[in-house]
Amino acid sequence: MSGLPATPASSVPVLALGDVLLVTLQGELHDGTAEQLQDHITHRIAHHPVPVGGVVIDISGVEIVDSFLGRILAEIAANARLLATRTVVAGMRPAVAITLVELGLTLPGLVTALDVDRALSLLGRAPSAAAPAHPEGDA
Amino acid sequence: MQVADHDTAEEVAKELGGFLERRREQLAQRWADAPLFRTVFTVSRDEAVEACKAVVDALADVARSNRLEDVQAPGFGTVRDQLGRMAASRTQAGFSSSQIAGEVAGLREPALALLRTEFEESSAEHSEACLLALTVLMGTLRLVVMETSVSAGEELIARQRLQLLEVATPVIKLWEGIVAVPLIGTLDSARSQVVMESLLEAIVDQRARYAILDITGVPTVDSLVAQHLMKTVAAARLMGAECIVSGIRPAIAQTIVHLGIDLGSIITRAGLADALAYALTEQGIVVSQGPAQGGSPR
Repeated sequence: MSGLPATPASSVPVLALGDVLLVTLQGELHDGTAEQLQDHITHRIAHHPVPVGGVVIDISGVEIVDSFLGRILAEIAANARLLATRTVVAGMRPAVAITLVELGLTLPGLVTALDVDRALSLLGRAPSAAAPAHPEGDA
Repeated sequence: MQVADHDTAEEVAKELGGFLERRREQLAQRWADAPLFRTVFTVSRDEAVEACKAVVDALADVARSNRLEDVQAPGFGTVRDQLGRMAASRTQAGFSSSQIAGEVAGLREPALALLRTEFEESSAEHSEACLLALTVLMGTLRLVVMETSVSAGEELIARQRLQLLEVATPVIKLWEGIVAVPLIGTLDSARSQVVMESLLEAIVDQRARYAILDITGVPTVDSLVAQHLMKTVAAARLMGAECIVSGIRPAIAQTIVHLGIDLGSIITRAGLADALAYALTEQGIVVSQGPAQGGSPR
């Protein structure tokens, strides 16, 4: 049970790192849990003490993304956009990406990143944001 | 009547097996001169005779087990390899399957002649039955040869297909965070699957932000190939990498437009160099000429 009163309970923890919300999905996610999570994230964005700068959903621990979870991810992003927040889905596995594409779910509205680090730098929040500018000093 | 027939059939088969065993040497000598064996075992005649003996032994074994029409009879197991090699060498010499089958059929005549002399004094009915049994057996042998040669060909094709898949889809790291796949040859479903998998693996391994699909070596782009490309691009995007399709020749550009394929959501560049330049610029990397006498950009 999280301490915030107006928040629906969710079995997936949503961590606040500064003004960024980090959600890490692990293993198999039931449809009900996913819907709860969607609710939960939307509430957290709305009731966060400071304006939320971005939501990062780490799905590197997820082996199977079906059409339902794909839709939920897209809806979380759409909800966040309505609340003036960007969402980045990070760490999708190659097998998952192939399955989604074969299912015809290319999730066009979704911003993606290779891992959480890249997602944070995409949101302009990471300490390593400036790192890859000059990989091989050649100028 | 039926029962009696069946009984004699088994006896005939047994007798045929005995005949093959008795006349093993003679038969092998005669077969060694047949074109099938003579042309395969060119080194020495003894080698051909040995091979013939092995085949005769196998046939005798099959006849004794009364499985004259059974291609799967265990007796054939020992010579299957050898027959396959012979068929393969005939195929390499430019012979068609039916010609090889004809050569195998040619082995029947010497055997029949031997059998006739063997059963000269026995009743006409009996020798007739034996001749028939031998004919059936030789037909089965022909089938075995054809089967082994065909399956050998299929194995070869399967192996080469696998090699082609492995060889034809390298993923190259062009720069820090930039990988490229030069696609060569026709892109079908199986190959595009391999391309997609190896590209996504490379994106993870190299932590790539940009993936370049170079289709300079793809002869034609139809709607199916375009669909495969779009799938690959979409999968790479889901992994957080941006895909650039390069090497679209003028003719292919026209075909794509004629077919009404919408590649609007994909970044395209004329050449691999342009794609690399785009990816470098997007990452804020500037390539300039060195201070020395106009060295080429690396």
